[in-house]
Parts: sequence; structure tokens; C-alpha cells
Amino acid sequence: MKSPLQKTYDVVVVGGGPAGLAAALGAGEAGAEDILIVDRETEAGGILNQCIHSGFGLHHFKEELTGPEYAERFIQSVLSRQVTILTDSYVMNIAPDLHIEVISGDYGHLEVQAKSVVLAMGCRERTRGAIRTPGFRPAGVMTAGLAQKMVNMKGLLPGRRIAILGSGDIGLIMARRLMLEGCEVVGVYELMPFSNGLTRNLVQCLDDFAIPLRLSTTVAFIHGRDRVQRLTMAPVDDQLMPILNQSWQVACDTLLLSIGLIPENELSTRLRLKMDPATGGPQVTSTLETSLPGVFACGNVLHVHDLVDFVTEEALRAGRFAAEVAQGRRRPGDNISLQTGENIASCVPHSLSPDREQVVYLRVKRPLKDCVLTIGDRYEKVFRMLIPSEMIRLTLGPEILDRYFGEHLKIEVHPGEVA
Amino acid sequence: MYDVIIIGGGIVGCALARELSRYRIRVALLEREVEVGFGTSKTNSGIIHAGHHAHPDTLKGQLEWIGNQMWDDLARDLNFGFSRIGELLLAMQAEDLNHLEELKKQGERKGVTGLEMWSPKRLRQEEPNLSHDILQALHAPTAGVVNPYEACFGLIECAQQNGVELFCGQPVLSITREDGGLLIHTSRQQFRGRFILNAAGVFADQVAAMVGADDFKILPRKGEEYMLDRRLQGIVTRLIFPTPTVSSKGVLIIPTVDGTIMVGPTAEDVNDREDLSTTFSGADKVFTAVRRYCPAISERDTITEFAGLRAVADSNDFVIGPSPIKGFFNVAGIQSPGLTAAPAIATYVAKMLRGEGLALDEKTDWQAKIEGPPRFALMSAEERRAAISRDPAFGRVVCRCELVTEAEVLYAIKHGARTLDGIKFRVRAGMGRCQGGFCTSRVLDLLSSTLGVPLTELTKRGRGSELFYPRDDRIAPGDGL
Repeated sequence: MKSPLQKTYDVVVVGGGPAGLAAALGAGEAGAEDILIVDRETEAGGILNQCIHSGFGLHHFKEELTGPEYAERFIQSVLSRQVTILTDSYVMNIAPDLHIEVISGDYGHLEVQAKSVVLAMGCRERTRGAIRTPGFRPAGVMTAGLAQKMVNMKGLLPGRRIAILGSGDIGLIMARRLMLEGCEVVGVYELMPFSNGLTRNLVQCLDDFAIPLRLSTTVAFIHGRDRVQRLTMAPVDDQLMPILNQSWQVACDTLLLSIGLIPENELSTRLRLKMDPATGGPQVTSTLETSLPGVFACGNVLHVHDLVDFVTEEALRAGRFAAEVAQGRRRPGDNISLQTGENIASCVPHSLSPDREQVVYLRVKRPLKDCVLTIGDRYEKVFRMLIPSEMIRLTLGPEILDRYFGEHLKIEVHPGEVA
Repeated sequence: MYDVIIIGGGIVGCALARELSRYRIRVALLEREVEVGFGTSKTNSGIIHAGHHAHPDTLKGQLEWIGNQMWDDLARDLNFGFSRIGELLLAMQAEDLNHLEELKKQGERKGVTGLEMWSPKRLRQEEPNLSHDILQALHAPTAGVVNPYEACFGLIECAQQNGVELFCGQPVLSITREDGGLLIHTSRQQFRGRFILNAAGVFADQVAAMVGADDFKILPRKGEEYMLDRRLQGIVTRLIFPTPTVSSKGVLIIPTVDGTIMVGPTAEDVNDREDLSTTFSGADKVFTAVRRYCPAISERDTITEFAGLRAVADSNDFVIGPSPIKGFFNVAGIQSPGLTAAPAIATYVAKMLRGEGLALDEKTDWQAKIEGPPRFALMSAEERRAAISRDPAFGRVVCRCELVTEAEVLYAIKHGARTLDGIKFRVRAGMGRCQGGFCTSRVLDLLSSTLGVPLTELTKRGRGSELFYPRDDRIAPGDGL
């Protein structure tokens, strides 16, 4: 079939999930005329399409939507702006001059030239291999996200008696989902001494359904040659190693894994973008531009978010800045480098410019109570509680940033007491 | 009545099948699992040994080097990946040095070419990521790597193309003697054969016992392997062996034919012939061992792990030959270097059958080559464009980690893939970083629509490993709804 594409686009967005859709919208609002979204699925919307539970949009729309509803609003806005969405298509390669190769189910091999690119590929789930769980390799071990897709999109159940390792949000959501489907959820087990999910999910998905959460616990052995039959569970020590002489058995036919998300950066690595090992995503400036000029990143490919609303906010900005670059406009370059100090696991972006208000996202390394977050010597904010699973969002204005013109700026949290 | 029935569709059974398909005889292969190569072969390390390891007085020592030299032709004819990357055997302590010298002499006596001692200086130049404490290394350029399951699939495809009949999912339950042959009873049907080749791997002694030809025992020896992230690709470019011990060649660093790094295997005698579990202690042994010679390898780079069982015979050598039962032959105890030797075992057995009175007349129309599965990921940009315009299914990416297209999955199904693992090992969908998180549902849809099987009946690797259950839409009374 004849290619539906133009030769050149102002902005090409890789990925049509929440980040990609908002980036295209942001680019359109900033005056980009020709915008293309390439998505590998047959419908845009990304992972939102399988998130049929509600709770999306509280920040952005000030109302509670389901995942597909949230996606639909953006798809409609994007389509009303004449953005081209190419689905069932896969970006094979991005050359450093932003020449892009795509293969498409409908149109075969396509090539386009972009003036700027927004990376919005999202993330993938960590799997069994990453945690080296010993035992057999039966059917019935899968990531929570795959189970969610099969239940919500295909109407199939992953099993009947379910154990969940990891207290990530998808695992918590699936605990509730499978209870509603009539499955038995025997428990959620978390390696760390604290949960990795949002507090609201712990309450609404576990407490409300009387599903037990066991912290500092892991799967020490998976039994069953063909299908999961039972698990050996064990508490872990300070080094997170299982204490095998305190182990016990849990009968179940399914083990869901909700043990973390990894930004999907194969394209970024091939582009040789500078990466941040703490986030697993590219390093970006305050305009969300990567180390390759004209290439921007936002959403979970940049760093894993908790809330889609923050993805949207970040992606709208990335799209805007990408459109500006495509139209030959540039913001002043950054001249303040951000550094993570005590108790800070990661921060995005990695540099700032003092000329305007900046949004900075942070994560702490461990739960902290009654603590003080400091940025350089000009900024202090007191927090009653900070936990790694809830991202911190700060806005910093020129009145603070101007003090650090041409310097390193360190972000730290000083605990009152460790939670 | 078949002239020859092969029991077992591992690498040995598949090699036998292809070898015998050259001749004007009727051959069947019976496999207990739902697809060939699903037993020990699937979990083999994939090493084509250089040829110098096994002693020339043993059968495995004789067939190792002959087999080694047959793999170039096999890989070319059957269109699977094979690369002679060479191997380095490391001496870490003074007493290892003698062993290296002995192995070098043994190899040279067997005719193995290119063996060379490397000094620490040479080693550091060639493999800078290895430990700087290595005293010396024996380089053997004839060693190579394959994906053993790909070899199985290629061999059986060629055998079938030349008339061999394949029966999967049919474990042999008993064998009875009849006039002029033997009668095999499987779970589903009966097969009459004049000659039976017992290539049943870890179950070979049990199969032999069905006719009282079990003058050997199989002692399964488990090996655990750990596949590492592509981050480590290129950390070594050759197979890395420590100085071996009595029971094993030690824990190796294996740059697989796909370029990823694998470490293992362990060697642990087990009683259970289905014990394919990995263990904490196994992981610990593997990583402790390899870090001695390659300190940069971390267990945190593991993307997946698995275990396999070597079919070690109590004689510690291959058990190949006729049994007291007329027509019943054992091709058993095929432990390392069994993969390397497999094609040589096949020709050795064919010759033996001829000696026992089986007329082996060559077919004039025997096809050595198969088309072989397409590999989109390995195509050039030009080839990709051509493939997509030939078949639009090449334009639909099923597995993004390994860049596998729908066309490849459909080819695999056409050539016998029936399970999620069957697709995975044929086309690599699900083998990459996300381990099937993305492609599983697409692969299942393709299996379901092509085979006309509902999603709930599809399995990971055969009956009992069904992947998804139907949703229960009934609402029980008293649910309070």
C-alpha cells in the first residue's frame, strides 16, 4: 500500500501511550504543524488501554477516569489537531540526523525525516530472571502487567489461586482485579521492608479485600514442573537474602510478579544518548532534551512515574520544547547541573536554567519521616513522610536558581527520623 | 512395518533421523514431548567442542573430533547459526599447567588443528576482561557455538522433508517382541519396527529395560545455566573454560551464537529425571566460579536461568551398539561432548545398521538442504524491504526485544511449533529482555488462529502447562451481588 506519510515532519513521537499523546498535543499547541506518532500497537493509548480501573486524571482533569477514558480524551484532542497516528508500526532506527526508519504492518518499510523527535516508548516490567528466583520453570509465572492484559483485554484468567511477589502498583491493582474475577489471592509478598505501591492502592486494593501483605519476604523456590503447584516463601535478612530455615509453603497455581519497571531505552542506547543509571532513562536538560540535540524524552522512558497525570504534564512540556526546536527556536542553555545528594535516589531533569520556573521530579532512597529537603543553601521544605514509591514534584523559580548561576546544585533530604 | 524406529527426538535422535533419511528405508521418530528438542537438548550449552577434550581411547573421544568437523556443512545445509569462535582453557594455578600441556598433546594426537599456548600477555591483548591472574591458556580455534534446539529443528525438518515420519507427544510405554521385529506401544498407538534405536536420553535405561537390554544405568547430572544481559555482550569473544575436574568441564563463559553471554553449567548428580530446577547454591557456584576468571561478571545481570540434565551412563562413556535383543540398539549415555559428536554418532550408527544387515541404498532425490527459518533481525535493510514486499507479515513485529516478525512465527508453526516454548526456541520471541511480557499474547493469538485451538488450550510446553484459564462467568448464589 502507498505510504500515508509525508517525507518530513516537524515532530516525530515514538510511542502512542499517554506520554506520546501528550507530547504530540504539546507540540501542536506550540505551533508544530506536521506531527507523527508511531505506535506498535493497533490502537494508541499504550498501557492505559488495559488499565480498566479508575483513578486516572485526578490532577490533570480534576476528575476520576478509567485508563481507556483518560487515553480517549487525549486521542480525540490529538486527532482534532490533525496529528497522524501510525499504528501497528515499529521504529526500527533513528539516525543521528533524525532520519527515521519504520516498519508498518499496513505499509511495510517507511522512512521519514524529523526536525525533532520525542522518545515516549514507556517501560517494561522486570521479570523472574532479574531476581533469579530458584526452582522450576512452569507455566503460571508471569508479570502482573501481562496478567492484566490477558484478564482485561482477552477475558482469560492467569490462574485460580494467585500469589503476588512485589508490591508495585500493577501487582496491587491485579490483586483486587483477580479477587473481583473470583480468584483467590493468597497474599502479596514484598522483598523490601516497605511497600512499593501508592498508599491509596494498598488501602483500596489490599485492605478493602482483606488480602495480606507480607513485607521483607520473598519466593525462595518455585515448585511444579508443568504448572506452578506451590511456592517456598522465606523472610529475608538485612542483605535481602532469604532465611531458609524460617521458610514456609504456599499452595497456589500462579505467581504474578510486580517487581519493578524498567524504562524501554533500546532506541536511546542505539542512539548513544547519555544515560542515567539511577533512572534507567536518558539524561535530559530542563527542556527534556537528551544529549543528542533535537531528541527529547518524556514519560516512563525517561523515568518511571507513579501517576499518569505527571506523565502528561511532563510530556506536554517535552512536546512543546520539541516543537520549538523544530521551528528553529531555542531556550537559553542550562548552566546549573543538578546533583543527587543524601537520601536522593534520582532526579529529573539533570540540569536547569535560571531564567524560568522549573519542574523537578525526585525520588528518595528509603522511607523517611519528618524530614527536611534542601536544595543548595536557598531552599528548604519540610515533609512529614517521604517514601520511594511516591515521586516528589518541586517547582523552582528564578529567585532560587539565579543564586547558582554556573554551578552544581545539590538536592538532599535530612531525616528527622528514619521511618 | 518401519525399517528403523528412533525413540527420542533430541539432538541425537534428530541427527539419526536426518542421516537415515538419505536411504531408501522407512523411518519413524517417536518423541515423548510435544515437540522435538524439548528435553536435554533444549538446555544444552550449545558448544561444539574443539576436539581435544575427551580421551581418544573412549568412544566419546573418537566421535568428538569427527563430529566437530561435520558442523560447518550441517549449519550451511540446515541454515542455522554456527560460529567457530574458538575456546580458551585457563590455567589459574601451577598444577593446571601440566594439564594444559597434556590436553594439547592429546589434541594433537587426535589431529585437532591450531592448538596453541597463550601467554598472559597474549591473553590480555585478546581477552582484556579476563582476570590478570591467569598463568597460561590453551587456545583451540576449532571450538564453536550453536543453538542446540535450532540444530534439532533443522535436522528434523530435513529428515521429514526426506520422508521420515515424526510422532510427537508419544511417550513409549512398552516394547514387545514379535516375529521379524519389535512392537512399540506408545500412549496413543503401536509401531512395528525391524530396528529400534534407543536415543531416549535421560530415560534411555528405562526404555532399554522394556526389552531387558538395560546393561547400563543413566545417572542424570544436572547443569544450571545463567543467561546475562546484552550489556555484557563482547566481554569475552571466545569460550572460556577453567581447567576441568573429573565430573565436569567446569563453569564456562559462553558467548552464545546470538552474541549474548551465558555462564554455567553446574554439575550435580540428581536422582529425579525431571529435576529441572535452578537453585540458590547453583547460582552461587556459577558466579563464584566465573568471577575468578572474569571479575566483571555480576549475577545482577542475569536475565534468565534454566537447568538441564546430562544423560551420563554409569560407564562414563557413550553406550552405542546392539543389545542382546535382536534389532534393539542403544544410542545412550550421550553426555558431553554429545552435541559435538551427534552428527558423527549418526553416521557411526548407520554404518553399524548396515553391518547388521539393513540395506542402505542412497536415495537419488535426497535433499540435504532445507529452506530454513527466515531471520528478520539478521537481514540487511535491503533484504528486509524485499521480505516485506514479498510478505507483509514481515512488517508486523511480534517480539520487539529480539525483532521477530509475524512471518517468522507463522513459519515456525508451519514447521511444527505447537507451544509457547516451541515458538520461543524457534524464532526467539520471548527470549529477550522482557522475557515475553510483550509478545506472549501476540504469539498465543497466532498459535490459536493458525491451529484453530482456543487460547485456554495453549500450553507453555505441552499438556499440563496450560497458560490461561477460562474466566468463570457464573455468579454463585450467596455472593451478595
